[in-house]
Amino acid sequence: MSGVRWLAILPVLGILIGTAFVNQVEPLVFGLPLVLAWIVGWVVVGAVLMAIIYALDPINAEPDSGHEGGRR
Amino acid sequence: MNGALVIIALTAVMALGLGLAARRGLRMTLEQWTVAGRGFGGLLVFLLTAGEIYTTFTFLGGSGYAYGRGAPAYYILAYGSLAYILSYWLLPPIWRYAKQERLVSQSHFFAKKYDSPGLGILVAIVGVVALVPYLDLQFKGLGIIVSLASYGSISSTAAIWIGAATVTIYVIISGVHGVAWNAAVKDILILAVVVFLGTYLPLHYYGGFGEMFHAIDAAKPGFLTFKPSGQGVLWFQSTVALTALGFFMWPHAFAAVFTAKHERTFRRNAMILPLYQLILLFVFFCGFAAILTLPGLTGDNMDLSLFKLAIQSFDPWFVGVVGAAGVLTALVPGSLILLSAATLLANDVLRALAPRMTEDRVTLIARGLVPVIALVAVYFTLQGGQTIVALLLMGYSFVTQLFPALICSLMARNPMTKQGATAGIVVGVAAVAYITLTHSTFVSLFPFLPSQANDVNVGFAALALNVLAAAAVSLATRPAAVPAASRPG
Repeated sequence: MSGVRWLAILPVLGILIGTAFVNQVEPLVFGLPLVLAWIVGWVVVGAVLMAIIYALDPINAEPDSGHEGGRR
Repeated sequence: MNGALVIIALTAVMALGLGLAARRGLRMTLEQWTVAGRGFGGLLVFLLTAGEIYTTFTFLGGSGYAYGRGAPAYYILAYGSLAYILSYWLLPPIWRYAKQERLVSQSHFFAKKYDSPGLGILVAIVGVVALVPYLDLQFKGLGIIVSLASYGSISSTAAIWIGAATVTIYVIISGVHGVAWNAAVKDILILAVVVFLGTYLPLHYYGGFGEMFHAIDAAKPGFLTFKPSGQGVLWFQSTVALTALGFFMWPHAFAAVFTAKHERTFRRNAMILPLYQLILLFVFFCGFAAILTLPGLTGDNMDLSLFKLAIQSFDPWFVGVVGAAGVLTALVPGSLILLSAATLLANDVLRALAPRMTEDRVTLIARGLVPVIALVAVYFTLQGGQTIVALLLMGYSFVTQLFPALICSLMARNPMTKQGATAGIVVGVAAVAYITLTHSTFVSLFPFLPSQANDVNVGFAALALNVLAAAAVSLATRPAAVPAASRPG
C-alpha cells in the first residue's frame, strides 16, 4: 500500500468541507468570485494529485493482468 | 423558415444521414444495435462515456441554473471531479469482476454478485426510472432550441414533439452506431461554441470577467455565494456527495466500464477527465452574462437564458450554429439514454422473466419499446415546471440508491445479504419517489429533525434511510452458520 494514495483525500476535503469557509465573493481571484475560484482551484489541484498518484502507485508499474499486456 | 432554423434542420438531417451511413452492411442484431458488437476503439468509447459532460444538461441547464440560482450551479463543476477521483479505486474492481464473469450489463452485475435474479430485475427497473427524467431533460432542451430558433413561429409543445420524434427515429434506424459517429462531431462543435460564447458575452456586455461579477454582486448581493439556508452550503455538500457517488451508477455509464480493454485506462482517465470539467466555467459565464442583460426569466424559463442571449447578440446564421450545437447535445445523449432504457427493459427485465426468449425476439421488443419510452418522457416533459437541473438531480437521487449495495459487493466479505440489498434499494427509491411526488420536505416526514435537515439534498437523505434499512435487514437475514469472527467490523 502506497501512502501517496492518501493525497486523494485532499480535494474531497477541500471541496466538501473547505467550501464552507470561503463562501464569499471578495476578493475576486482571476476575475472569479472567491468561492467559485476555490472550487475551480481544487478541480485543477485534484487532477494534478491524481497524476502524481498515477505515477507513484506501484500498481501501475505492474504489467496489465492476463494475456493482453502493453498499452493500447 | 428563417436562416437559423434552416441550419438547425440541416444538422438534424445530417445527423440522421451519418447514422444511416454507419449501419450500412451490418446485420442489426441486439449486440450490434446496442454495443456495436463490442467493437469500438478507445476514442469512441471515451466520447460516448464523456457524454455526460456535454449534454443539454450542461449547455442549457448549467447556464440556466447559473442565471436563475447563482452559486448553487457551482455544484455541477465539483461533482464530476470527485467522481473521477473515486473512479481510480472504484472502477478497476468492477471491470475485473465483469471481465471474469463475462457480464454485459449493470443488472447482470448485481444479479451475479448477490446471486439473485430478482435483485437484477430491481436494479434494471431503478435504472429505467432514473433514465426517464434524464431523457425528459434532453427533450426539453430540444424543445427550447427549436422553438426559440423559430423566433416564435413553432410553439414549445410542437417543438418538444419534433425533438422527441427525431430522437426516436434516429435510435430505431441506427442504434449505437449512429450515436458514436455523431458524438465526435458534437463534442468538437459544442466545445468551440461554449468557449466562444463564454468568453465573448462577458467581454462584450461587461468589459471583462471581474467587471461582470462585480456588477452582478452589486445588483444582487449574495447571489454569487451560498445562502444561509435553502440551497446553502449544506445543500452543496450533500448534492456534490450524492451526485459524485451516483456518477457511475447510471446504467449506461456502468455498462460503458465493461468496454475498456485495460483496467489501467480508468486510472489514467482519473487524472485527465477532471480537467474536462473546466469547460463548465464557460457555460456558467454565459448564464451569468445573461443576468443583467436579459433579466426576468423565472421558473423553468431560466433554461432559456443562454439561447435567448445568443438571439439577442448575434445574426440568425450564428444563432443557427449555436442551435445546431445544442440540438446535437440533446440528440446524441438522448439517443444513448433511449437505447439504454429500451435494452434494459427488453433484455434485463423481460428476458430475465422469460429466459427462453430468442435473441431476435428481444431485439424486436427493444426496438418496439423505443417509441413507448419516448412517449412517456414526452408526457413528463409536457407537464413542465421543472428546470433541467432539477430533472437531472431527480434521476441522480434514484440511481445513487444502488451505491451502497455496489460498494458492499466489492468487499472481500460482503456484509450485505441479497435481502438487505433489496430492502435498502426499495426503501431509498420509495423515499425519493414519495418526497418528489408529494413535494413534502424531509422535516415534515421526520419532525424530530432540526429544520437545517431540510437543506440536505433529498436523495442524500434517502441514501441514509437506504443504508439503515439494508443494515437492519442484512443483520436479520444473515445465515446463522457464519461464525462471529468473520463478520466485518
